[in-house]
Amino acid sequence: MHDSNFDLGDITKGTYAIKLDEISKIEGAASLDIQITQGKVTNLKFSISEWKRFYTQAIQGKPATVVPTLVSRICGTCSNAHLLASIKAVENAYQITPSDQTMLLRKLLYHGLIIRDHALHLYIFALPDVFKKNSILDFDMENPVEHEFLDDAFAVKEVGNQLSIVVGGRSVHAPTPVVGGFMKLPSVNDLKKLIPVLVGIRPKIVKLIDLFAKTPFFHEVQAPFVFTSLVSTDFSYLQGTIHTSKGQIIEEKSMGDHLKAVVIPYSHARGFNFDGDLMMVGAIARLILGAQYLHPKTKETSAAYLKLFPTKNLFYNNLAQAIEILHSIDQSIELIENLKEISPEAPIKPQPKESVGVGLIEAPRGSLYYKLDIDQKGLVIKGEIVVPTGQNQVIMERAIREIVEDLLTKNAMKEKIIYEVEKFIRAFDPCMSCASHFLKVNWS
Amino acid sequence: MKKLRIGWFTFTCCEDSTILFTELLNTHYKEWLSHLEFVHARILRKDDTQEIQQMDVAFVEGAISSDEQENKLKKIREKATTLVAIGSCAVTGSPSAQRNYFNESQKEEIRQVLEKFKYKEKVLKLADIVTVDASIPGCPMNETMFLEIMEKFLHARQ
Repeated sequence: MHDSNFDLGDITKGTYAIKLDEISKIEGAASLDIQITQGKVTNLKFSISEWKRFYTQAIQGKPATVVPTLVSRICGTCSNAHLLASIKAVENAYQITPSDQTMLLRKLLYHGLIIRDHALHLYIFALPDVFKKNSILDFDMENPVEHEFLDDAFAVKEVGNQLSIVVGGRSVHAPTPVVGGFMKLPSVNDLKKLIPVLVGIRPKIVKLIDLFAKTPFFHEVQAPFVFTSLVSTDFSYLQGTIHTSKGQIIEEKSMGDHLKAVVIPYSHARGFNFDGDLMMVGAIARLILGAQYLHPKTKETSAAYLKLFPTKNLFYNNLAQAIEILHSIDQSIELIENLKEISPEAPIKPQPKESVGVGLIEAPRGSLYYKLDIDQKGLVIKGEIVVPTGQNQVIMERAIREIVEDLLTKNAMKEKIIYEVEKFIRAFDPCMSCASHFLKVNWS
Repeated sequence: MKKLRIGWFTFTCCEDSTILFTELLNTHYKEWLSHLEFVHARILRKDDTQEIQQMDVAFVEGAISSDEQENKLKKIREKATTLVAIGSCAVTGSPSAQRNYFNESQKEEIRQVLEKFKYKEKVLKLADIVTVDASIPGCPMNETMFLEIMEKFLHARQ
């Protein structure tokens, strides 16, 4: 529901409130309140209005090995990210090293997620802003350009969906990946059948990359901040070390020491900073910190666009996601082409022990951190989960304020401010379901 | 033939059925776009209407955590000829209702949050509050059952 609370009496004096109750075309519920007094922003609150489900409490006392199935329910769209991050935390706790085949299949499952989740965001949420339409469903079937993008949207999403289904049994809350491996293995044949469809969507993504590179949406964040991302040498989103734009390299198990919670009293979720600095995670951070590890074909095709990075224009998060889709396509094709057989491996059996396990992977929207304290029976004593939207929440609010202040100096009207701010929030691609799984907050 | 006016609403949950619905659009959008009018669907379009509109079918996902949500659900019920509960949280309350079963120390950990944001004492399933005409269970919703009921609605149009 959208409520633009006009107060015409005051608007001429430059004093009015903007209240967006449920921002549309994002994952989950968020709201924004802006108070403008005599042409100046006097108050601005970006809040996550999802109602909490208390997953960190709910996993207490549960066997660590069942946690992945539970926490996958934190988020519908990136459920497989929660699944794989929590599996990694349990495997690290129990010192299980997954087999090469397991890692290969996890990578394929994950490329499927990146393709369908980024495509959902870029085509369904962000593209209508580019075409100044309310919805992808309003694209004109008589207009060849719009018609083609509408067809592309669903064709691309479907390929990612199918890749996840073939590998994980389902694209949402995949049932087959477990601690130690896979309950059920895909057939080589089913995987090989995906090669032509992956090849088929490649030109569509090249077109999408070009579109987002040429879209003149622009806001360079003025406030100092740091990009952080897990960097892996095959850009798999799943392995490696954490890099920052200040040049630090951090082991995943130490990341918790750097993430500092910021209490946002009006939001149902909490924000984070990195050693006191504003931080940003996500596709834009990954490309800035790890573009050299993209698939060679992706690098070749998107060479001109990669020159636009590094950047502080956060709208290029859209472009970075489009390039990541291309990488996930190219990488999947190569992995499947090289696949000779799938051995009938059973999952490695976990040996419960008292331990602490950290698992960090790159969810579609940025680093996703799990830390599990496990007792000698293998039950969870305490869990900690830090999601990408929590890490981005503080800078997102700061950047919205900068945009509104800039627009006010240009005498922008209220409708223009709302349009620009919503467009910007969508470029961030926040995920509210994730942000509100929720941990304890100290109100002081 | 008149388009079927539908609404898609989300309360407390992970939105997995919304995501599944957008995945079903991948292969059904051509058919559905010509027969469905999306009156409310926050995931797909910005909604400038101040109030909930009359609908043939309201698909409602998620459990109810607050009085605010309860009131909105009642309004949806008033305006919808048919109300379909979508997915496990809407149909059974769980897993979003997991806090209903917390022990004392867990309850104490979350007490401040519940009080501050005026959460309901218990998380409720839709049928605890309104009449539910049909249910598609599953976490996420059972895809086949959803397609069957959609088919039924599309055929029943006048």
